[in-house]
Amino acid sequence: MNTSLTEESPALTSAREQNTSEIVAKNIYKSYGAGPFAKEVVSDCSFTIESNKLTVMIGPSGCGKSTLIQLIAGFEATDSGEITLNGSPITDPGKDRLVLFQESALFPWMTTYDNIMYGPRARGEDTKDAADQAEFLLNKVGLDAFRDKYPQQLSGGMQRRAELARAMINKPEVMILDEPFRGLDNMSKELMWEYYAGLYEEDRNTNFFVTTDIDEAIFLADRLLIMTNLPTSTRSVIEIDIPRPRTIEEVVNSARANEIKKEVMTLLHEEAMKSFSGGSKAAADFLDAYSKRAD
Amino acid sequence: MANSSEVADSAVSMAAPQSTEISSMSLTMYRVSNWLKSPRPYLMVIGFAAVLSFWYFAVEVWKLPRFQDMPGLTEVFSEWFSKDPYYGLSVYTPEYYKHIGISLRRIGFAFLLATGLGVPLGLFLGWSKTFREYVFPLFELFRPIPVLAWVPLAIIMFVGSETPVVFLTFLASFFATTLNTMLGVESIDESYSRAARCLGANRWQTFKHVVVPGAMPYIFTGLQISIGVAWFSLVAGEMVSGQFGLGYVINTSYMMIEYPKIIIGMITLGIVGYSTSAMVRLLGDYLMQWRVRELALGDS
Ligand SMILES: Nc1ncnc2c1ncn2[C@@H]1O[C@H](COP(=O)(O)OP(=O)(O)O)[C@@H](O)[C@H]1O
Ligand SMILES: [Mg+2]
Repeated sequence: MNTSLTEESPALTSAREQNTSEIVAKNIYKSYGAGPFAKEVVSDCSFTIESNKLTVMIGPSGCGKSTLIQLIAGFEATDSGEITLNGSPITDPGKDRLVLFQESALFPWMTTYDNIMYGPRARGEDTKDAADQAEFLLNKVGLDAFRDKYPQQLSGGMQRRAELARAMINKPEVMILDEPFRGLDNMSKELMWEYYAGLYEEDRNTNFFVTTDIDEAIFLADRLLIMTNLPTSTRSVIEIDIPRPRTIEEVVNSARANEIKKEVMTLLHEEAMKSFSGGSKAAADFLDAYSKRAD
Repeated sequence: MANSSEVADSAVSMAAPQSTEISSMSLTMYRVSNWLKSPRPYLMVIGFAAVLSFWYFAVEVWKLPRFQDMPGLTEVFSEWFSKDPYYGLSVYTPEYYKHIGISLRRIGFAFLLATGLGVPLGLFLGWSKTFREYVFPLFELFRPIPVLAWVPLAIIMFVGSETPVVFLTFLASFFATTLNTMLGVESIDESYSRAARCLGANRWQTFKHVVVPGAMPYIFTGLQISIGVAWFSLVAGEMVSGQFGLGYVINTSYMMIEYPKIIIGMITLGIVGYSTSAMVRLLGDYLMQWRVRELALGDS
């Protein structure tokens, strides 16, 4: 029905001028709880989410990535250190950052279409332009036939795609996604990577994507931040210099991609070891020596 | 179910709507059809038959000593459906409907008042922590006081015989509605509010679009309880104050030793009370289409 929209997207390409938005985190700390129960989750963590790039953050699960997102979103405050957006400190949630939280879900009481249109409507922008973009996105994520269904009538993968569309329609300066494709089977996951990368490549606004999946990270990222275990900080940064647009097949066969993957795995393996040895230096050394001998 | 969604999922480009099309089927129809398929309606018939035949045998055949003053099944039913009832109350007398009508009117008033005040109060109690700190302790102090304990005060406070009854009926309903609505707001996952705020909704919009619909299932649970306790309190109220009404019929029939009328009043109460509950449930199904589909899909 709307095939012409798939070919060219007037709404998305023309109306979306490029924003330049950079987020900088400098020496931030964050603990939960107080006194003897305090738990340090983020410790002396610094990183930059560069403007008009897709920055992917990867780290062991439970290391504090979602906590960092709460801080960037402005729902939580840092204990010390500062996070800035284009130079001004982040203190509150704001329209300039759109966050797809790890546990965020579609509103069960709204249809797919109403969910997608929620952002524009809430901001009083229920215009023809917004409706066109909703059509475009519905088509793009393959939910055209499901527009009048409620979330519980959609499969897990469809729900994720609808969530993605609900976020993308808002043209945020910065889009932040916390493990948006968690829990999908490999087949749907790879399809989602291609959708998402395609949507990103249309406007190249600043994107920040959190994951625990190495293949996902390498396929999507312009820049890759590798995090340490709890309490987290930036372990290392890798520029993924594989040209865009990428296809799954290209990336799988790319020597450069495999090289990066090995490097990332080594780093993550070391972090996993640390958590395995419970933070004890001696145990870590032992494990380290043992794993070297085993090679 | 799981399989069909997997398939639909991989055929992303142009997936057809799933075959489990239920958009036109309401939750009510779904419940009824499920109910008819289950053994429950037949067990229910057996249950009714067992109670009625026990009543018949105990009173009219075995003439058990404990039941000697109890009106028998045949006596009650022939009185209830008699064109010329001995005690003056049957389905053919206008008075019968007057009692039902007056009880219903009291229930209607009290229930609407309890809903109109209880739902907004509950929403705000759940939504605003500050408001709750002021109001909730007071609320919790009043809530455990049984309706019967309010009877003297109700009669002293309100003039006439009508307002005390409506007030008593209102009370318990109001507490049930308010409390459930508040719990409904608390039950809403915070991530919905966060998502709404991230998408640009202000506080008021979040309230309208997340808090109200999110609390709706609990609100309707509250209204179910509310209509039930409303009948309970109504009968208590009509027994001590007021003229007409089913509670009044039961009480005066006892004093006038017109025992079959007691049973007629009781059975009528059961039927009318059940009908009002069913109407509240229908309204809930109508207002929560999204749950209709959710539940229907979950079960199939
Ligand atoms: N609100 C909170 N209160 C207490 N502890 C928390 C809270 N949020 C997260 N944590 C703890 O912080 C750690 C990091 O959690 P999280 O940021 O969710 O990790 P990730 O997203 O990397 O899996 C976990 O150990 C978790 O238990
Ligand atoms: Mg997380």
